[in-house]
Amino acid sequence: MSANTYDAIVVGSGISGGWAAKELTEKGLKTIMLERGRNIEHVKDYVNANKAPWEFPHRGGRTQKMIEDYPVLKRDYPLNETNLDYWASDKDSPYTEIKRFDWFRGYHVGGRSLMWGRQSYRWADVDFEANLKDGIAVDWPIRYADVAPWYSYAEKFAGISGNRDGLPILPDGDFMPPMEMNVVEKDVSKRLKEYYKEARHMIIGRTANITVPHNNRTNCQYRNKCWLGCPFGAYFSTQSATLPAAMATGNLTVRPWSIVTKILYDKDTKKAKGVEILDAETNQTYEYFAKVVFLNASTFNSTWIMMNSATDIWPDGLGSSSGELGHNVMDHHLNVGASGRIEGYEDKYYFGRRANGFYIPRYRNLNGEKRDYIRGFGYQGAASREGWSRDIAEMNIGGGFKDALTEPGSWQLGMGGFGETLPYHENKITLDKTKKDKWGLPVLAFDAELKENELKMRIEIEKDAKEMLEAMGAKDVKSHSDNPFLGRGIHEMGTARMGRDPKTSVLNKWNQVWDAKNVFVTDGSFMTSAACQNPSLTYMAMTARAANYAVDALKKKEI
Amino acid sequence: MNRREAIGRVGLILGGTIIGAEFFISGCKSTSKKVNELFDQDNVALFNEIGETILPATSTPGAKAANVGAFMALMVQDCYKPEDQKVFVKGISDLDEASKKKLGKKFMEADAKQRTELLTELDAEQKEYTKNKKAEDPNHYFRMMKELTLLGFFTSEVGATKALRYIAVPGRYDGNVPYKKGDKAWAT
Repeated sequence: MSANTYDAIVVGSGISGGWAAKELTEKGLKTIMLERGRNIEHVKDYVNANKAPWEFPHRGGRTQKMIEDYPVLKRDYPLNETNLDYWASDKDSPYTEIKRFDWFRGYHVGGRSLMWGRQSYRWADVDFEANLKDGIAVDWPIRYADVAPWYSYAEKFAGISGNRDGLPILPDGDFMPPMEMNVVEKDVSKRLKEYYKEARHMIIGRTANITVPHNNRTNCQYRNKCWLGCPFGAYFSTQSATLPAAMATGNLTVRPWSIVTKILYDKDTKKAKGVEILDAETNQTYEYFAKVVFLNASTFNSTWIMMNSATDIWPDGLGSSSGELGHNVMDHHLNVGASGRIEGYEDKYYFGRRANGFYIPRYRNLNGEKRDYIRGFGYQGAASREGWSRDIAEMNIGGGFKDALTEPGSWQLGMGGFGETLPYHENKITLDKTKKDKWGLPVLAFDAELKENELKMRIEIEKDAKEMLEAMGAKDVKSHSDNPFLGRGIHEMGTARMGRDPKTSVLNKWNQVWDAKNVFVTDGSFMTSAACQNPSLTYMAMTARAANYAVDALKKKEI
Repeated sequence: MNRREAIGRVGLILGGTIIGAEFFISGCKSTSKKVNELFDQDNVALFNEIGETILPATSTPGAKAANVGAFMALMVQDCYKPEDQKVFVKGISDLDEASKKKLGKKFMEADAKQRTELLTELDAEQKEYTKNKKAEDPNHYFRMMKELTLLGFFTSEVGATKALRYIAVPGRYDGNVPYKKGDKAWAT
């Protein structure tokens, strides 16, 4: 085997790339994982993880310099002082916005598995059947039964804590013991269930934070500092879980600073023979060769690589023969919800900082209901007691004011919706060859927006949130609906969808590129529709499923 | 708290998105040692006294013990928009004007009771102003001073561990513990 030849290449090291590397190496494949950014070593490089709040000079806020340096990231909460190094530079890696798209990226080993929200939900058959039933886009080539065993497989290894709630819309998984709802959430949950006659449920979030020790990882210590990197390895990340497993096989090589610029396509065999990379530090070009390539560069970057590949055969790139490469951009739309005050419980409080909240699974457009939009949404939220930043009426300044603020205030319950976005062919990304990034590479142009279905749904998300809170007895309920823009969900999906027909889809049911059967795309690009659940668990399951298939196919010499 | 709902209190306090920082010359003519481009040590001492008047030592330490003066100087320098910096810097003399008008002397020359009376009035003034102000109107300087005092104190080590409670590694979660009046709130 020559120095640059492996059995498998994995492009990207985030949630799905880590899984691809683990599965392929455990099945005996010599694998190289190519990561465009720097290395971040587990624990050692989590430089802020053990800092107290007061050790951040601006207490976690943002300076004018940061705002100037991060023109995109500043649009929402990711721009902050505590984990700034985990977010990609908007200046080094610009993109074009034909329409506004908030793209928050992590370019380093581990990718956004270090900063993710960790909410982990299965899809149900209603989700996989949705496109077919609604007659939109294309049908998923798989159903829940195809993924269910792989969900179990992923949950058992990743460590997902959750309650077995027995809800058909949100299938139960192989969970660790759940985190606990607090006293107010428990009561509100009970009231909600009774009020809506078991048609709506408030459950504890299912999260990739382990609640019992698991694979040399310590259980969650309730610090709620996950996104700084966890010194206990208590939440699932590449670093805490898949990378150590892959390294333990002796089959993995990780190469940071490796921007994959194209897949090397062999038109005689109709397969990829490897990839070309640009070393991000030296600007040197190298080639790596393998029998199988997994693209896990993050949704739009995997598509970007395909757009730049095999252009001598397909001008719009590998996988473009269907006309769907780059199309059907999706996300979850959010920033809409409500909050209110819950009276009573003044003699109740909580201990510990739970890195989780409650979840209200989808209840709309089910069981024959038809709203003026299709699909649905879920809510995430939490109840907590107000802290020092609350307003105290009739108190201005002085000792009494201060002492009052040192005690907790009233209970507040807030929740925000996560809505499904439909796959619209016209919501697309394309290459903008007129603009170059720091490395002289063409950038992506975004031309995608929320449309009528999503905007109508947002009206109902806001209305329902307010109604539910009021029905649960909340006072001073305030609703909000802001920022109807794509990208903010940080759940980018689509642009290389799976399907049953190579004429209308980029990938087949095994995540294989129809036009290059040894190339597998298993990050969010493959999604044929978006559902409203947080998507990462589905990427984990589908990556493990595809890797298993790929290794079998290699053995059978099918690819 | 869920990350989606946790969109920073700090962001709310500091107010919105901002364009690039530009330096400008402060009106400060003192010979006191500069702490940054905008402020000197006399300013920091003043901010500490303002802070201590807003959040005085009671059974727990006050804002001065947390050196909120230095925090205010840092935050205005690094995080404020130029227009807010101008309002804040001018606020130093505005405060003394208000003090002279009400008390016949500068803020630093007033005693604790007088300071409290003055700042109580200024706080009522800023609340009324803020309630009626249009989005494009400037912020009130005393609102900034008060917000920075609260933020600086309650997120400081003194504030978080003495006035509030902070446990670095709770190790467990209990969603139903008894609370009795007087128990401190969690810092985070």
